[in-house]
Amino acid sequence: MECALDAQSLISISLRKIHSSRTQRGGIKLHKNLLVSYVLRNARQLYLSERYAELYRRQQQQQQQQQQQQQQQQPPHHQHQHLAYAAPGMPASAADFGPLQLGGGGDSPAPASSPGFYRGAYPAPSDFGVHCSSQTTVLDLDTHVVTTVENGYLHQDCCASAHCPCCGQGAPGPGLASAAGCKRKYYPGQEEDEDDEEDAGDLGAEPPGGVPFAPCKRARFEDFCPDSSPDASNISNLISIFGSGFSGLVSRQPDSSEQPPPLNGQLCAKQALASLGAWTRAIVAF
Amino acid sequence: MAGAGGGNDIQWCFSQVKGAIDDDVAEADIISTVEFNHSGELLATGDKGGRVVIFQQEQENKIQSHSRGEYNVYSTFQSHEPEFDYLKSLEIEEKINKIRWLPQKNAAQFLLSTNDKTIKLWKISERDKRPEGYNLKEEDGRYRDPTTVTTLRVPVFRPMDLMVEASPRRIFANAHTYHINSISINSDYETYLSADDLRINLWHLEITDRSFNIVDIKPANMEELTEVITAAEFHPNSCNTFVYSSSKGTIRLCDMRASALCDRHSKLFEEPEDPSNRSFFSEIISSISDVKFSHSGRYMMTRDYLSVKIWDLNMENRPVETYQVHEYLRSKLCSLYENDCIFDKFECCWNGSDSVVMTGSYNNFFRMFDRNTKRDITLEASRENNKPRTVLKPRKVCASGKRKKDEISVDSLDFNKKILHTAWHPKENIIAVATTNNLYIFQDKVN
Repeated sequence: MECALDAQSLISISLRKIHSSRTQRGGIKLHKNLLVSYVLRNARQLYLSERYAELYRRQQQQQQQQQQQQQQQQPPHHQHQHLAYAAPGMPASAADFGPLQLGGGGDSPAPASSPGFYRGAYPAPSDFGVHCSSQTTVLDLDTHVVTTVENGYLHQDCCASAHCPCCGQGAPGPGLASAAGCKRKYYPGQEEDEDDEEDAGDLGAEPPGGVPFAPCKRARFEDFCPDSSPDASNISNLISIFGSGFSGLVSRQPDSSEQPPPLNGQLCAKQALASLGAWTRAIVAF
Repeated sequence: MAGAGGGNDIQWCFSQVKGAIDDDVAEADIISTVEFNHSGELLATGDKGGRVVIFQQEQENKIQSHSRGEYNVYSTFQSHEPEFDYLKSLEIEEKINKIRWLPQKNAAQFLLSTNDKTIKLWKISERDKRPEGYNLKEEDGRYRDPTTVTTLRVPVFRPMDLMVEASPRRIFANAHTYHINSISINSDYETYLSADDLRINLWHLEITDRSFNIVDIKPANMEELTEVITAAEFHPNSCNTFVYSSSKGTIRLCDMRASALCDRHSKLFEEPEDPSNRSFFSEIISSISDVKFSHSGRYMMTRDYLSVKIWDLNMENRPVETYQVHEYLRSKLCSLYENDCIFDKFECCWNGSDSVVMTGSYNNFFRMFDRNTKRDITLEASRENNKPRTVLKPRKVCASGKRKKDEISVDSLDFNKKILHTAWHPKENIIAVATTNNLYIFQDKVN
């Protein structure tokens, strides 16, 4: 079965469901939220595997570019090899993630344009500090025990932003370009002037003016085995994140101007995805 | 002959419809449970507003035997009220989740009704006589001045208009942290179980201040929660045996003789998942929404989102029969997730002889599967066919391709019209089918 929605839309829809369930009459339904969290987990796995594949592909491209630069100083008879190298296709190890539909594609646009975009899409550096280590308190309705949960985040996500103070690397310059370039690739919808309607979900879209990229085989969701998720065991509380998180997500915008930014699914999804490493299936508000 | 022949051999006819006609459905009127009593003479419904309405079948008219008795309102009462839990800042809905009848022991009828948190035992009794002629009281109840009493008389019972009274005899409260989804009366008729998302409690019908916890699947760390209990039922004959189903599509059979806490199952019924059907929503559609033992006790039936499965209690590794209710929805799961329909909890029921099973679907369709002939039929509960003894025409959904005449395409199904609750008379071919706010009663054609 092919889903009409992509991973990111599913994630934002699911988050909306969880959020609205908090205000439902009769209290949060544990069963329904558990099922929604399964969909979230499945969508997240797809999203992550696509992202890792994209990262890998980016790496390959950079290596290829470097080699091309070196090659330009060498006899041209090597070129055909690089043409073969440049052919779109699935890198061997990315195939481990299963068939994917890679987003965007093509060469990265000029990095100069990305920081502005980048800052708009993500909270200011100060907020990454908050992202990287935050606490949520949880009340168990049975025992009335209050526990404090440390939310860890995917370190890689933080570092990739290159703004993360806790990662200890400024990583400006090419690193930033590549990171920003990476980010652009994941959200091709953002490339068209942050058009909210596109919902950043159309990973098959070609970037404007970019090199046409033959999309790989469309992701088949039935190929995923959620049981093999490595960090299923250390993901923390979902509702507790979004319990504070939703109001937190809205209020966390830097220089928040006259009006708070709209709580659209796209923004929530991105910020939620930035904290992917810290998810759990349990709804500890119970 | 109850249940003889199958869904196709029987011709189902419209009999009655109860409820408001207008399309504007008041939320409180949404029917949330339907249950016949053990004789089939009484039919109870519960709604979202916390009310219980009981219908009683007319005694058959011996002369006009072309149809069985009609069901008319017998009693209506407010079973549960909305409550507020101040400690947890939670509102407790008054919606009636389940009604279960006790077998009749004397003139009165008893039933258990439950909302998310509290179970109540109701006594429904008739009063058709009243005492008249008291010496010290006037007829309106005022006390007479004793000095005016000059003669003595014996009060006598005189007939009065039938009055049906419902009174709460027991209230079983404060035993469930999570939302109650099932209640089931034991075959000993003294105890019953109540199940919420994580726990099952055993009660004695006479004792309200205590219950025994017999199943507890709450993990030590709630972050490790992977499944919840979705339904539970006692075995119809063995008073020590019960089953509970989970959101992961498994059913566990437990024996209360084995230990006080039945966390370890005696049997685990589970069918391996078909990997070719894997999708984002696999976990949701495999969640079991209802489990019902057959009257014989040999089989049990489970309902998940797309199918009905019959299990032989002696075989744990797969069901003996699987019936697809609306397989054409498998390609629509995404939109059904968006509009929340994928979370609908359909119930299922057996006929009196365990030869036919029935369950609901969308567009006010309901389905019957004949286990012997392997034939199935789709019927519609609609006011268009509401002349008594009108035979219902079988319906068909066209999944794809060319739509034949009289078929309905999947895209024109109304997903707001869903039949979640159905009930089959224990002895006869009479069925009660609940649409959103109407109750339809169908009977087989009697010549």
